[in-house]
Amino acid sequence: MAKITVVTSGKGGVGKTTSAAAIGAGLAMRGKKTVVIDFDVGLRNLDVIMGCERRVVFDFINVIQGEARLKQALIADRRLDNLSILAASQTRDKDALTTEGVEKVLDELSQEFDHIVCDSPAGIERGAHLAMYFADEAIVVTNPEVSSVRDSDRVIGLLSSKTRRAEKGEEPVKAHLLLTRYDEARVTRGEMMKIEDVEEILSIPLLGIIPESPAVLKASNVGTPVIFDEKTPAAKAYSDAVGRLLGEQLEMRVQPGERRGLFQRILGRTA
Amino acid sequence: MSMFGFFRRKPQPDGSADAAKERLSILLAHERTGRQGPDVLPIIQREIMEVILRHLKIGKDNVDIRIDRGDDFSTLEINIELPEAGGAKPKAASSAR
Repeated sequence: MAKITVVTSGKGGVGKTTSAAAIGAGLAMRGKKTVVIDFDVGLRNLDVIMGCERRVVFDFINVIQGEARLKQALIADRRLDNLSILAASQTRDKDALTTEGVEKVLDELSQEFDHIVCDSPAGIERGAHLAMYFADEAIVVTNPEVSSVRDSDRVIGLLSSKTRRAEKGEEPVKAHLLLTRYDEARVTRGEMMKIEDVEEILSIPLLGIIPESPAVLKASNVGTPVIFDEKTPAAKAYSDAVGRLLGEQLEMRVQPGERRGLFQRILGRTA
Repeated sequence: MSMFGFFRRKPQPDGSADAAKERLSILLAHERTGRQGPDVLPIIQREIMEVILRHLKIGKDNVDIRIDRGDDFSTLEINIELPEAGGAKPKAASSAR
């Protein structure tokens, strides 16, 4: 049986797909057979972040509607043997996702994989609901910013009420906080909420702190999950988060953001 | 930034992060309690309208309901614009805590 983990947030643009790609790849790097599924029907993006957009033939909806077999729709990652991607449909709408259809695909994937990572769309509508519905664990991606924290709070509420585990009265979905776009310099200046502030407000355990990093845009530009760029602070932070997800006890450290050198700062140039 | 600006610059505590935390704490405390039940404001508005309509002829647009959620207490403010009566345009306002 695979462990199903949803990467969710409510708010858009906080780093769900970046995180789903990085964590999926990180799990595969640690030897876990992993599939990452894009639930954002109509606005798929996981394929470009993972760099397999030119190899999408069949998608999640094709499989649900019986137009393709799961094996045909799964795209094997070219960098890691045990990593696969299931793309969302770009042309259908969200109504094409059905509870029964999603359940059937997840059950079939469960036979073959150790981890299923569901990349949720923004919002709390059908796609987001179904992405979290069958989850065992949830990664709530949050920026230290009021609208993101508010939406995360709403999503945490939904995880404890609108999921299969909640409806069946089983052990609740285990929710983890992943703080992204964290900027220590701005926290020091009092411009950004502290880690403890967000933790205290949302009161779920912290999985990791991903610093604001130029490496994320660079990774997206070339279609390589940022975790592959191992020397960067963002990659180290994601790698730690994956370790914690697998139960490793790792000290929570804030990776320094890419600092500008004194010379660059005097010249007022950004890196 | 000029070179002198860089050397002169002292870290100025901004403090807006504290405002963010405080606003969120108040907001979420209300949103979490309100999540279960239905949205009561439209119900209150409709029932108040019913009472007033029994005695006065007013339009829906003449009622204005506002809520201000605070840390210690919240205020519910209801403004009802009464129809013109003999030239003067009286305005009744009531507020409840």
